[in-house]
This record gives sequence, C-alpha cells and structure tokens, in this order.
Amino acid sequence: MTAASHAEHHHTSLGVDSRKLGMWALIASECLLFGSLIATYLIYRSQSVAGPSPAQILDIPVTSVSTFVLLMSSFSIVLALHGIQSGDIAAFRRYILLTALGGTVFLGFQTYEFTHFVQSGLGFSTNVFGSSFFMLTGTHGTHVAVGVIWLLSLYFSSVRGKLTEDAAIKVDTMALYWHFVDVIWIVIFTVVYLFVFV
Amino acid sequence: MTEAVLPHPRENYGLSSWLTTVDHKRIGILYGVTAVVFACVGGIEAMLIRTQLIVPNNTFLSPDLFNAMFTMHGTTMIFMFVMPLNAAFFNYIVPLQIGARDVAFPRLNALSYWVFLFGGLLFHLSFVTGHLPEVGWFGYANITTKQFTPGPEVGLLGSVIPKGLQYPVSGTEFWIVGLQLLGLASLIASINFIVTILNLRAPGMTPMRMPLFTWVTLITNFLLLLALPVITVALFQILLDRHFGTRFYDIGAGGTVMLWQHLFWVFGHPEVYILILPPMGMVSEVLPTFSRKPLFGYPAMVYASAAIAFLGFSVWAHHMFTTGMGAMATAIFSAATMLIAIPTGVKIFNWISTMWGGSLRMTTAMWFAVGFLAEFTIGGLSGIMHASPPIDGQHQDTYFVVAHFHYVLFGGSVFGLFAGLYYWFPKFSGRLLSEPIGKVHFWLTAIGFNLTFFPMHFLGVDGMPRRIYTYAPGFNLETWNFWSSIGAYITLLSALVFFYNVFVSLRGRQKAPADPWDARTLEWAIASPPPAYNFASLPDVQARDDFWYRKHEAKTFKPEPEHVHVVLPNPSYWPLIVGAGITLMGAGFLFAYVLTFIGVAVTLVGAYGWSFAKFEG
Ligand code: HEM
Ligand SMILES: [Cu+2]
Repeated sequence: MTAASHAEHHHTSLGVDSRKLGMWALIASECLLFGSLIATYLIYRSQSVAGPSPAQILDIPVTSVSTFVLLMSSFSIVLALHGIQSGDIAAFRRYILLTALGGTVFLGFQTYEFTHFVQSGLGFSTNVFGSSFFMLTGTHGTHVAVGVIWLLSLYFSSVRGKLTEDAAIKVDTMALYWHFVDVIWIVIFTVVYLFVFV
Repeated sequence: MTEAVLPHPRENYGLSSWLTTVDHKRIGILYGVTAVVFACVGGIEAMLIRTQLIVPNNTFLSPDLFNAMFTMHGTTMIFMFVMPLNAAFFNYIVPLQIGARDVAFPRLNALSYWVFLFGGLLFHLSFVTGHLPEVGWFGYANITTKQFTPGPEVGLLGSVIPKGLQYPVSGTEFWIVGLQLLGLASLIASINFIVTILNLRAPGMTPMRMPLFTWVTLITNFLLLLALPVITVALFQILLDRHFGTRFYDIGAGGTVMLWQHLFWVFGHPEVYILILPPMGMVSEVLPTFSRKPLFGYPAMVYASAAIAFLGFSVWAHHMFTTGMGAMATAIFSAATMLIAIPTGVKIFNWISTMWGGSLRMTTAMWFAVGFLAEFTIGGLSGIMHASPPIDGQHQDTYFVVAHFHYVLFGGSVFGLFAGLYYWFPKFSGRLLSEPIGKVHFWLTAIGFNLTFFPMHFLGVDGMPRRIYTYAPGFNLETWNFWSSIGAYITLLSALVFFYNVFVSLRGRQKAPADPWDARTLEWAIASPPPAYNFASLPDVQARDDFWYRKHEAKTFKPEPEHVHVVLPNPSYWPLIVGAGITLMGAGFLFAYVLTFIGVAVTLVGAYGWSFAKFEG
C-alpha cells in the first residue's frame, strides 16, 4: 500500500475518524434505548400492587460508593488515552487495567445489590417495580460488562504487541463508549435512587 | 494520480464469494433479491386473505389461519420486503451517488445482511413448526403474553432435550425473536449509512450538492437509529414476561397495556416514514431525469424531508385516539399530525413543478413515479381524515384504514420502488428492462391496485372491521369484497409480468450503456454495472447534479487515470459467523436455551476473529 492511497483511504469528509463517528451514532441510539427503559421505570415504580417499594429497599449510600468508583474509572480511561497518545505504553496499560478494575468493582456491587434484593423479597417477577428496576439496571450492567471485556481485550492485545495500527483511535472510541456508560449511570442513579424522595 | 497496476486479487464468482463479500454493490444485490423473495411470500399470503374474503361465510381459511396470514403478511411486507428493498438501494446507489468506493464499515454491512436474512428465515420457520404468530404486525400486549398465546406444552425438540431445558414454541415467540433480529440488522445498517454519508463524500460533495436520494437515505437512517431501540425494549419486555415471569404486561400486577402501545407507536410512526421516505427519494431522482429539468425547489425538498422525519417522532399517539388518553393529549397529537401535511404538500407540489414545462419522457420508471404521486396523494388525504379524532373513531379498525395504509404503502412505497427499479436496473445488471412489457406491468399494477384497495374505503365506512376472517351476507359488503379480491388477482398477474420482464431482459443480449437515461447524478458517470472499485479516480464535484453539469455545460471531465491502484477490503467470513452467532442467541428462546449460550460463544469468537483478521491491503 502506498502512502498516497493510504492517505486517500483514511480521508474523511468531516475530519473525524469513521469509527468514532460510528460510536457517536451508536450512543445516540443508546440514549433512546435507555430512555425507553427509564420511561418504563418511571411509569411502573409506584404502580405495584404488592411490595417491596423503592423507598423500602433501595440503599443510596452503598450505591453512591459504586457510582463514585464508576465515575473515577472515566477519569482513569482519560489517563489511559493520554498514555497511548503520547507513546507512554506503560501508563496506557496501567490505566486501562485500572479502568477495567473500576468496572469490575461496579459489577461486584451490582451483584451484591441484586442478591441482597432477591433475599429481601424483590425479584424480577415480584412486582412491576422489580421488573422495570432489574431490566433497567441490568441493561446498564450488561453495558459495563461489555466494556470491561473490551478494555481487557485492548490490554491483552497491547501486551501481545497487536495493538499497533491506529491504537490511539481504537482507545479513543472505547473511551467514548465508556464515558457514555458512566454518564447514563448518573442519570439512572438520579432517577432510580435519588428520586426515591420525589 | 497514476500508480502501479495491481487490482486487488479477489475471487468474484462462486458461492463462497457471495458468502464473504463486503462489496456494497453485491450486498445490495443480496438485499434486493432476498427482499423480493420475501415479497412473494407476503404476496401469496395476501392472495389467501383476499380469497377467503371473496364471498361471505367462506371457509377457505380457518379463523386461526386467517389471523396468522394477516400477521405474517403485514410483518413480512414491512420488515422483510419494503425495508430491506430500501436497504438494497441504499447499499447499491448511495456510495455511487456520493462518489465513494465503499461504505464506511464494509464488514458491518455484510453482518447487517446476514442478520436480516437469518432473522427473516427464523421468523418464517414458524411455518415449519406449525405455530404461526397470530398477534398482528403491531403485536398488542397482552395478546402476546403467555396467558393469551401460550403455545403447546412441549418444546419443538420433543424428547431430544430434557423438558426443563427447552421452551414450548408459540408463534408469538417467532414474531418477537424475528423482529428483534430484523431490527438489529437495520440498526447496524443505519450506523453504517449515517457514517458513510457524513464521512465518505467525494471532494466537493457538500451536503447541499448531495442527490435527494442520498439525503433521504441519511434522514431515514437517523429515523432507524432513533426509533429501533424503542421497539427493542418493548420486545424484550414481552420476551422477559413470557420466559422469566416479569410483570410488564400483567394487568393483575399493575402492568398497563398502554405502555406497549406507546412504545410500539413511538417506533411505529417513524417506521412509516422509514418505509416511505426512500421511495420519495427515488421518485425525486426519476422525475428530474425524465423531465430533463433539475429537481424543483431542491432545498425545500431537503428541509421538507427533514421536517417530516422530525415531526414523525411527535405524532405516535394518533394511533391511540380511541384508547381514552384524555382530551388534551388527543388534541395535541391530532394537531401535530395535521402539521405533517404541510411538508408533505410541499413535496407533492415540488414534484409536480419539476415536471411542469419539462420535456417529459414517459418511460416505465416515469409512469411509476407519476403513479406514485397520484396514489400516494390519495393515501395522504385519507390520512389527514383520520388525523381528526372524531373521524378516526369511526375509521379505527375498519377497512377504511386498510385502504389508507395500502395507498401509502403500496401506492406510495411500492410504486416508488418500482420507479427506482426500472430506473436503476441497468446500473445493477448492465441490462435495460423491456419498456413495452414495463408499460403493461405498470398499467396492470395500477388497475389491480386501485381495484383492490379503493373499494376498501367503501367497505370501511359501511362498517366492515379489519382483521375479521369472514362476514355475513346482507350487509352490503358482498359486491366490493368480490371486486377487491378480483383486483388482488390482477395485481398478482402484474407481478408475474414484472418477473417475466426481469427474466427476458437479463437473458437479452443488449447491454446497457453507462448512462442510458441521460441522467444527472454520479452513479451514471461509471460503467453499468460499475467495477468493484467504483471510481477509478474519485470525482471532484463542482455543482449539484455535477454529472449533468459537466455533460451539458462545462464539458470538462477529469481524465481517467491510466492505471488504477485501489485498496479494496478483503472478503471475510467473520460477518457470516457473527451473524450466525447472534441468530443462535435468538433461536435459544424458540427451542432450547443452550442455543443461546452457544450463540454467545460463537459471537464472541467471531468478534475476536473479526478484530484481528487482516482486513485491508
Ligand atoms: C396485492 C397486494 C396486497 C393485498 C391484496 C393486500 C391485502 C391485505 C388485506 C386484505 C389486509 C387486511 C387483513 C385484515 O385486516 O383482515 C392487509 C393487511 C396489511 N397489509 Fe396488505 N396487501 C397487499 C400488499 C401489501 C403491501 C405491499 C404492504 C406493505 C408494504 C402491505 C402491508 C400490510 C399491513 C401492514 C397489513 C396489516 C396487518 C395487520 O393488521 O396486522 N400489504 N393486506
Ligand atoms: Cu402514525
């Protein structure tokens, strides 16, 4: 491949890498996905015929901790991106692992929360609050899990020396996804947990 | 620029070349052929429906089978015929119109096709199991719950797999899983086309120089991108209700079926623009070419399309006027719906003005475009009628509505698609369709279509409900039902004439030139069919309708490079594998859950292979 055709191939009309633009498009779509889940939750949270109700079961302090951890992982992925952009591979690997760790801790908290809820009598099929709560937070958790797998894949392909071509843009695209997953969690945390008092 | 001669080595014949192709033109052909096959299935179902209704108290179809037929017919026509046929045109035409060599994500493009194909096949597998969906194309809750469509006691895999591991198959599951996959396919495609149009335009191809078909493709794909996730959530809710006992649509537990209606129509109304906007774009290419005039009011057409799409998200509850939403909501949604008539009217007048004073060439493509204008306008007018809630109260669930939406879906979308097919067929195949046979085809379609659907207006106001398997004599319904069915058979005949036309034209010797119609847009600047790399050197666009401008005014053409060196993406098996994995994930909910786990594994392996395969160069 000659340099000229390479440049032509990567020429884009908007000057943004297509993968990143694609991620923006996906995020737009995800907004409607979570929007529908949140709408369902808001309609159903106080509609149940039988308990437990949100106020009886949701634990704001515990979830605040996991929220904090998730937010910090957004910070660490910025550092990872900075590492790969400035050629500091060691820093990149360190921070990408840290980000994955943050995601995993969040998932750990969620697993704890879910088991605790089930033990206290709130399952998927207990009432409409339970159904909509688990579907909303579960979908978010799945997004975090996909993100963790993606982060670890980036880490391992870097270690195995396969993350060479376009590495920065790959990490950039991933970071965009990760920030989205964090931002949408802030919305969910507000709507599901903090709105308990509303 | 002249560079070393070395077209990329790639096989372009044989089955494996089709299974691994990432060329947007071949994927377009795959989409098109598959959509036409599904159209035949949906068409046969329509004939069965009309045969059952030809005389009162008919027993040709059982009530159950009748329900299954209109469900399969509606779902197939929308999701497996018009949407993928639109996608076929997006695929084939849009990269050519913007002067690109391929789409932004060629492998995602292939994945989208495979998921569409497998989703459609899975949906139709319900024929084999004998449990067909009977819930209508909108699958209203709570008909879709286990309570009302439970399915049989044992799963399809009988004694092969222990009872606890498999799921009793009901037609509803096929509908849910099929739609979920078809939606995913369109979602993947939408991201691909949005990025392609935004990012891969040739130098000088500014937004306001893009052909109108490219514009509506962009807009339609935004609609897909934003509407599909809503139905995805709704479909998951009923799937979870059926499989894991969630309570979303359990009235006893406080669930509300209105939620389904809202979610479905938040998707469903944009969906009707997803079906009609691309054919509108095709008509907007055909009319200027055969009037030998630029599209009248191009900017107004762009803004009107965008306005239609935007308003399309704020009118969904006009499908719910009779549910008792309250006076305020009803009034607002009614007014918003009527607003859409304004940009739509702008378009109609612009099309008419495009023809006004032009030197018209009445080719078959042109006839279908003019037919589109006439039939779509009738459908639009009956649409404004039931934008008024009191009138809608009379129309809801009668044949008047069936007449209305066939005027927009068939008279609109399908006529527009035929215009596009006759227009671009030489580009796809290198052969022109026969014009004399085409005219016969057009007139038979127009007569058959109007005879089928115009009487349905009368049947509707005479009180015939839709989705009813028969009617009693003596209610003034016999005559028009009879003629409607005769019209359906004429429409069937017209389809046969079309296939005959395709058959003889493909076998004919006469090759189509690059620009058989003296057309205006870039796809006509290159050979028919185009070479794998499309443009030897990327066009350098200077005006709207650049190709026309160069032909007739500037008379300057960029010299063709003597040698072409273009790096094309390698063919790949991974899209097929990932597509199969995703399908297995869905199939688990139809047969046995183990399939879902196998599907996840296949998808993951496929995704890794995909990421690390050497794709370019
Ligand atoms: C000759 C062609 C066609 C005939 C004779 C035909 C006939 C019919 C009839 C009689 C019904 C009403 C069934 C009932 O309510 O009992 C129906 C429903 C429907 N048709 Fe068609 N149709 C044709 C083509 C199309 C096309 C091209 C499309 C879409 C692009 C389409 C989409 C639908 C939809 C969405 C429904 C509603 C199904 C439901 O109620 O769930 N049809 N068709
Ligand atoms: Cu609508």
